[in-house]
Amino acid sequence: MKKVGNHNSITRKLFLGVALSLIFSFTSFAQEAAAVAAPDAAAAPAAASGGDAAKGKELFNANCAACHKLDAKATGPALRGIASKYEMAWLYKWVKNSSDLIKSGDAQAVKVFEENNKSVMSSFPQLSNADIDNIIAYTSEPKAEVAAPAAGGATAVPGGPVADSGISNNLILAALALVLVVLVVMLVLVNKVLSKVAKANGIVVEPKAKTTPIWQAFAKNQFLILVTVIFLLLTSAYYVYGFFMQVGVDQGYEPIQPIHYSHRIHAGDNEINCKYCHSAARVSKNGGIPSLNICMNCHKNIAEVAETTATPEYSKAFYDEQIQKLYTAVGWDQATQTYTGKTQPVKWVRIHNLPDFVYFNHSQHVTVGGIECQTCHGPVEEYEIQKQFAPLTMGWCIDCHRKTEVKMEGNEYYTKIHEELSKKYGVDKLTAAQMGGLECGKCHY
Amino acid sequence: MSSNKKYWKSVEELDQNSSIVEALRNNEFVEEIPNDEFLGNSDALSSSSTSRRDFLKYVGFSTAAATLAACEGPVNKSIPYVLQPEQIIPGVADYYATSVFDGFDFANLLVKTREGRPIKIDNNTIAGAKFTANARIHASILSLYDSMRLKEPKIEGKDSTWSAVDAKIKSSIADAKAKGGQVVLLTNTLASPSTERLISEFVSKNPNSKHIVYDAVSESEALDAFELVYGERALVDYDFSKASLIVSVGADFLGDWQGGSFDTGYAKGRIPKAGKMSRHFQLESNMTLSGAAADKRLPMSVSAQKQALVHIYNIVTGSSVSVKLEDKFKSEVTKAAQQLKAAGSKGVLVSGIQDKNAQLLVLAINQALASESFVTAGLRQIRKGSASNVSQLVADMKAGKVHTLIMSGVNPLYTLADSVSFQEGLKKVKTSVAFSLKEDETALLSTVAAAVPHYLESWNDLSLVKGTYSLTQPTIRPLFNTKQFQDVLLSLNGTAGSFYDYIKNTSSSIISGSSWNKVLHDGVFVSTVPTVGSGSADYSAAANALAATKVSQGLELVLYTKTGLGDGQQANNPWLQEFPDPITRVSWDNYVTVSNADAIKYELSNEIVANGGLNGSYATITTADGLKLENVPVIVQPGQAVGTVGLALGYGRKAALKEEMMVGLNAYSLYKGFNNVQSITLAKADGEHEFACVQGQKTLMGRGDIIKETSLEIFNTKDAHIWNEQPMVSLDHKEVEATKVDLWDSFDRSTGHHFNLSIDLNACTGCGACVIACHAENNVPVVGKSEVRRSRDMHWLRIDRYYSSESTFEGDNERKENIAGLTSSLSTFNEMEKAGDNPQVSFQPVMCQHCNHAPCETVCPVAATSHSRQGQNHMAYNRCVGTRYCANNCPYKVRRFNWFLYNKNSEFDYHMNDDLGRMVLNPDVNVRSRGVMEKCSMCIQMTQATILKAKREGRTIVDGEFQTACSNACSTGAMIFGDVNDKDAEVAKLAADDRMYHLLEHVGTKPNVIYHVKVRNT
Repeated sequence: MKKVGNHNSITRKLFLGVALSLIFSFTSFAQEAAAVAAPDAAAAPAAASGGDAAKGKELFNANCAACHKLDAKATGPALRGIASKYEMAWLYKWVKNSSDLIKSGDAQAVKVFEENNKSVMSSFPQLSNADIDNIIAYTSEPKAEVAAPAAGGATAVPGGPVADSGISNNLILAALALVLVVLVVMLVLVNKVLSKVAKANGIVVEPKAKTTPIWQAFAKNQFLILVTVIFLLLTSAYYVYGFFMQVGVDQGYEPIQPIHYSHRIHAGDNEINCKYCHSAARVSKNGGIPSLNICMNCHKNIAEVAETTATPEYSKAFYDEQIQKLYTAVGWDQATQTYTGKTQPVKWVRIHNLPDFVYFNHSQHVTVGGIECQTCHGPVEEYEIQKQFAPLTMGWCIDCHRKTEVKMEGNEYYTKIHEELSKKYGVDKLTAAQMGGLECGKCHY
Repeated sequence: MSSNKKYWKSVEELDQNSSIVEALRNNEFVEEIPNDEFLGNSDALSSSSTSRRDFLKYVGFSTAAATLAACEGPVNKSIPYVLQPEQIIPGVADYYATSVFDGFDFANLLVKTREGRPIKIDNNTIAGAKFTANARIHASILSLYDSMRLKEPKIEGKDSTWSAVDAKIKSSIADAKAKGGQVVLLTNTLASPSTERLISEFVSKNPNSKHIVYDAVSESEALDAFELVYGERALVDYDFSKASLIVSVGADFLGDWQGGSFDTGYAKGRIPKAGKMSRHFQLESNMTLSGAAADKRLPMSVSAQKQALVHIYNIVTGSSVSVKLEDKFKSEVTKAAQQLKAAGSKGVLVSGIQDKNAQLLVLAINQALASESFVTAGLRQIRKGSASNVSQLVADMKAGKVHTLIMSGVNPLYTLADSVSFQEGLKKVKTSVAFSLKEDETALLSTVAAAVPHYLESWNDLSLVKGTYSLTQPTIRPLFNTKQFQDVLLSLNGTAGSFYDYIKNTSSSIISGSSWNKVLHDGVFVSTVPTVGSGSADYSAAANALAATKVSQGLELVLYTKTGLGDGQQANNPWLQEFPDPITRVSWDNYVTVSNADAIKYELSNEIVANGGLNGSYATITTADGLKLENVPVIVQPGQAVGTVGLALGYGRKAALKEEMMVGLNAYSLYKGFNNVQSITLAKADGEHEFACVQGQKTLMGRGDIIKETSLEIFNTKDAHIWNEQPMVSLDHKEVEATKVDLWDSFDRSTGHHFNLSIDLNACTGCGACVIACHAENNVPVVGKSEVRRSRDMHWLRIDRYYSSESTFEGDNERKENIAGLTSSLSTFNEMEKAGDNPQVSFQPVMCQHCNHAPCETVCPVAATSHSRQGQNHMAYNRCVGTRYCANNCPYKVRRFNWFLYNKNSEFDYHMNDDLGRMVLNPDVNVRSRGVMEKCSMCIQMTQATILKAKREGRTIVDGEFQTACSNACSTGAMIFGDVNDKDAEVAKLAADDRMYHLLEHVGTKPNVIYHVKVRNT
């Protein structure tokens, strides 16, 4: 197995903690300054178009964000400062029904249409002029400066508590150590004082009679030696057995992948269903590593992560770089929003390596059995890097087959066999084992 | 006490003066040990700075390093699609309907693909798809992944590009036009409306060109006869299911006669229903599959067959052409003819005699009978070749008349008898182009070797039977830089678009009432199928001419095609090479089959030698023209007509073959004038040939309970226990049925599924499609000739062939019953070991019997083999330690041991040793390693997949859904698989049938494979 550097190593944590504690003080000032500056800058253009930027943001996210971004080209062009490019009257018309405008032969409309790969913008007849004003107000807000320095790899807010707790822990530890030292010193002093007092009172402390040292006594007792040797042998045999049984069991295997894909962000923060990407798990023996076109369903529009996605460990820049890796692999040209056709398949490192002599079918467990993915794959939604959660040993499989009751309700296939077997075993619910799930040939062929 | 004994060290001490005694006094050995020679270059050794200690250190270090390195597992990569095609889900199989015709074999297929690669061929069962895959078609999937395929076009032996090839052909055709030379397209029979249209366009564009059709194994005479009578070049697609009496004169219609694929219809009439089944007379020289299935078989030479045919013609039509039929045949042939006449429209006669007159008589007899099998039959388009046209071409080539020769799907330098003339002619041809899958004999000597894709990578359309239309579609992207012959023709014609567009265009006028997508999905489209019409010719003249045929001198050599290799196109296919011939059970060879009488006459013999292998004499065959084929191995074949010998075509290829596959001798060199009967002389040659034969024993020695046989008369009139006798054993000194006695308590097997496989010996023709299908499904390895000879073949499913010693099996049984006393038993059994001169033949497919009380399970020390509730006997390979106790305790000898590692091992250089060949492996089945026992699993991966599908869809399983690879491949319906706990299932009814019996029932193994008593309509 490939050894992988532990990303959560203690030294790195300490280093980060120290680094954060150093930068903590001045970053907080910088952010405050930015926050003060922003409303001032935003106020001016918003007032000019007479729209409400806050309402506009809501409308923008609901209607426009699928195709437009503020500062980058997506399916449609970037919208920041759009008000300065076009007349408001023209914009009203365009938003409400752009294709009509293009058909009417409006030169400006045709130009925009052609600049954007002739992709037709949806019509929004439901938006009133006031709504559009609000949206324009939002798009006219100046770009907020990035508050945190990019290099440090951390933003201030989530970094804070980590640094805080580090300091307080150390302080407590130092205080405790100090108390201990004081106690030891006091003991020594008390001892000195007491012996002085005893001397003064004329009490002679008798030296203890010399007894056989315990190790010699032990060495002389053959019975004890025998017992100890047997005990040691048994213990070492236990550990040696344990060691050998671990050979080839790669529980916790956490290889570095070519693209740092975070299940925490996707399945955790964004609550994307596992089977949205791993759709093969429903019908196939394979869980299915999603093809890159599945990624592009969302990442066509998501070219960068939100500020809040970044962690102390992984910066926004780091995550954005991963998305760029995806674009390179799938051959997506961000500038033109088109596929170049030059692809580089991603060579993921396989984590769950079941031996060839075992047949495992995902659909049997996922679709038929209705077992949660997390049962075998662990709390994936918390994993920054995917790792092997289960030992994937036969004992582990068998254990589950013995305990798990087969989900039979509403499945006509099971009707007859359930009736027969529950009578035979005198139980209402049947386990996978009772269904024959322990037979060798069910998994080995 | 001192001893005066003298100890002798050697006999030399007797001689006091011997120098050896002196030498031995000081040395251990008489001669000096050649130390210097042993040490090699001693200078280099002594100058080396590596001392013995250093050497040991290095050894120790490298061992430790290797051990440490072994602790790390490999890093496996998973590479998903960038853009996943909509219809492909990794881990789920897709099926595509397609059809194949390679100039010899044809079928309507379903191709199973996994992750975009075809891995298995199944039969298309949709209505209208009537041609099922034979063993060769099942194996053709492996030919797709043949590492010896031509990977790119070559011009004069050098790698080239397609644009260069196109330019070369175009300029050559232009040059031919300018110089007035001929342009000839030499192809196999195409049966493709689009390709034929394309060629006719080519011919009309180039008036100096012509198209010649060449079939390696010719049916020219039958085609000529049919053309004469009906004005159309076609073969009759006989429907044997409508016949109650079948007379075959030298036609192996269960083999490759006129393309084969008649077995489905034939088998329908062979299963006794309401006391009736068809009767089958077979007059033939070689022992064939049809002869084995026949109720009455008459071994006779081809010249005698001709007389017999005229005799039958006389009786059926009431003519009186004089015939010279030997008396020993006369009564039997007369009986057959009279029964045929009595059967009238329910009778049919077929013949494989390569003689136009004989084929005319076949038409005359069937017309006279108004035979339903004949009259209602369609017209096969799968052979069109004309022997005379090909001969004319060779003459033209030799005369230098042919300027450009474009060949597709043919290999005349291998398949032509007169390949020397063809080669001479080829030298005079300015440009020759060979479109070929392989760089075969012809492609090697052609100017351009054009690499074509395999049929699983190509588009095509086929009209196998007139009025039907089927499509061939690619199931994988072309593996190599190949181009279809048709695409090149399109560019030569200057037609725009691909051949796919062209087919679509052609099909629009054919598939009226359906759509392209529907036909592509179904694989076939059937409009009105024209039947054999009416026509006539001068039959009596033909009869007279046939009766007057001179009997040739010497032995008659009858050339045939083997079930395994056929015409030899797939000679580089290890599955087919290792496939044991159904009759002789010999793999990896062709050989001359001689009758016992002739063997004695020419002092030829077969014997089983000490290691269990079969050895045979060599013979030299000399034809009337002095052509020789030397050192042909000999098999003494029971049932071979005296005075005839058989030899299979399709072997002895050398070009584009792995060394292991270069076996046998090329019999095409004797295929003079496309006549499969040649007059020859035979002479014994020196030496012994080592065969790889998988079955040593020939007869059942009267053990009628292994293959139970009875006659239709007894079957109809007597009780089941008479013709399907239950074995009895003694329990408490009382005779009880063996099945009622048991050592163990039985488990309750009434819950859930319980699988049974039913094999009807009446319907089994021994075609072997199941054997190859099993190979493909279960990743069964190929072990090679020398291993097969050591009885280490790995076939999970074998088809045992038994001959009777007397003229019938019943006779054997009686003879055994009548043995009295020890001496009589010894001598009788000795005689019964030998097969009769015209024996009855029975086939019995045997795979793991999945015994409910399995002897193998109780002896396994590690419980690697165990029984399941579903009736399957499981084999956990990862648990097996290879003691082979199970194989020793198996009464059926169906367990196979991996004596070696057969994959990724250059010692076994077959498909599992190269990346390309391994693409055929079924990803759902384990590839076994060395030291592991394996056996038939009753395709548990298929039953489990069926169960899972039903579970996922939340429904019960309907009968017919459960299949195994063998039952799927069986085109005759001999193998039926299913769940006996489903009372409505066909297999449950078969298990309750009177004809049902278990193999070696008295052993008490209670198998889950059931057989049905063979009934012969004698």
